[in-house]
Amino acid sequence: MSLNIEMETKHDVLCIRLSGELDHHTADDLREQATAVIEKNNIRHIVLNLEQLSFMDSSGLGVILGRYKQIKQVHGEMVVCAISPAIQRLFDMSGLFKIIKMEPTEEFALQRLGVA
Amino acid sequence: MKNEMNLQFSALSQNESFARVTVAAFIAQLDPTMDELTEIKTVVSEVVTNAIIHGYENDPSGIVYIQVTIEDSLIDMTIKDVGLGIADVEEARQPLFTTKPDLERSGMGFTIMENFMDEVEVHSQPGSGTEVRLRKHLKLNKMLCN
Repeated sequence: MSLNIEMETKHDVLCIRLSGELDHHTADDLREQATAVIEKNNIRHIVLNLEQLSFMDSSGLGVILGRYKQIKQVHGEMVVCAISPAIQRLFDMSGLFKIIKMEPTEEFALQRLGVA
Repeated sequence: MKNEMNLQFSALSQNESFARVTVAAFIAQLDPTMDELTEIKTVVSEVVTNAIIHGYENDPSGIVYIQVTIEDSLIDMTIKDVGLGIADVEEARQPLFTTKPDLERSGMGFTIMENFMDEVEVHSQPGSGTEVRLRKHLKLNKMLCN
């Protein structure tokens, strides 16, 4: 099983919807595709929808943290939504929730960033 | 009854999902919970990824070895490479420690292993490789209920 990446830009917010499995093998694709769109569309904030993500490991934490650092440079925010209990444990363990916000749904996440 | 399986494969990133799915299929006969299955898959992914990135530095001629033994409710896994090895294992096990921050490594691999397994032993020698032994007792709730 691989990773499917869907991206949609709304003003300066990039909405990334992931389905499948995010590991070391698939993390490179996500980094390349997201980085290109962030730079091209002058993205400031990211909404990361993990509703359809069935597996993630620490390589996923690394690539998510990498994108956070990228938008941090333009004082942006990252909001993760629809996260499964298993993946939430990894976020909790790594302390990522200290810098990345969580919302139950994509709609709430977009509202939080003022583009709903 | 004791049951054992052995697996070996090239140090290629596309084999990370092959490894975790194969180990999960083997331990499925113990009827683990979904949480336990996810924990095992995540841990296998962490160790195999370490072997590929750090042990072999993405050289696909390297071979990753996995041995899994199950007996009653105990899962005993040994995952090893014969790659570069780790100079300071204690340092490597620290949360957020990574030798490859440029590759966006989170440094959370060993922390996840320690959280998801009952025991994690790391034996490593520079130049001869790394062996990680991981043990976990499944809860077997269903049996206790009967």
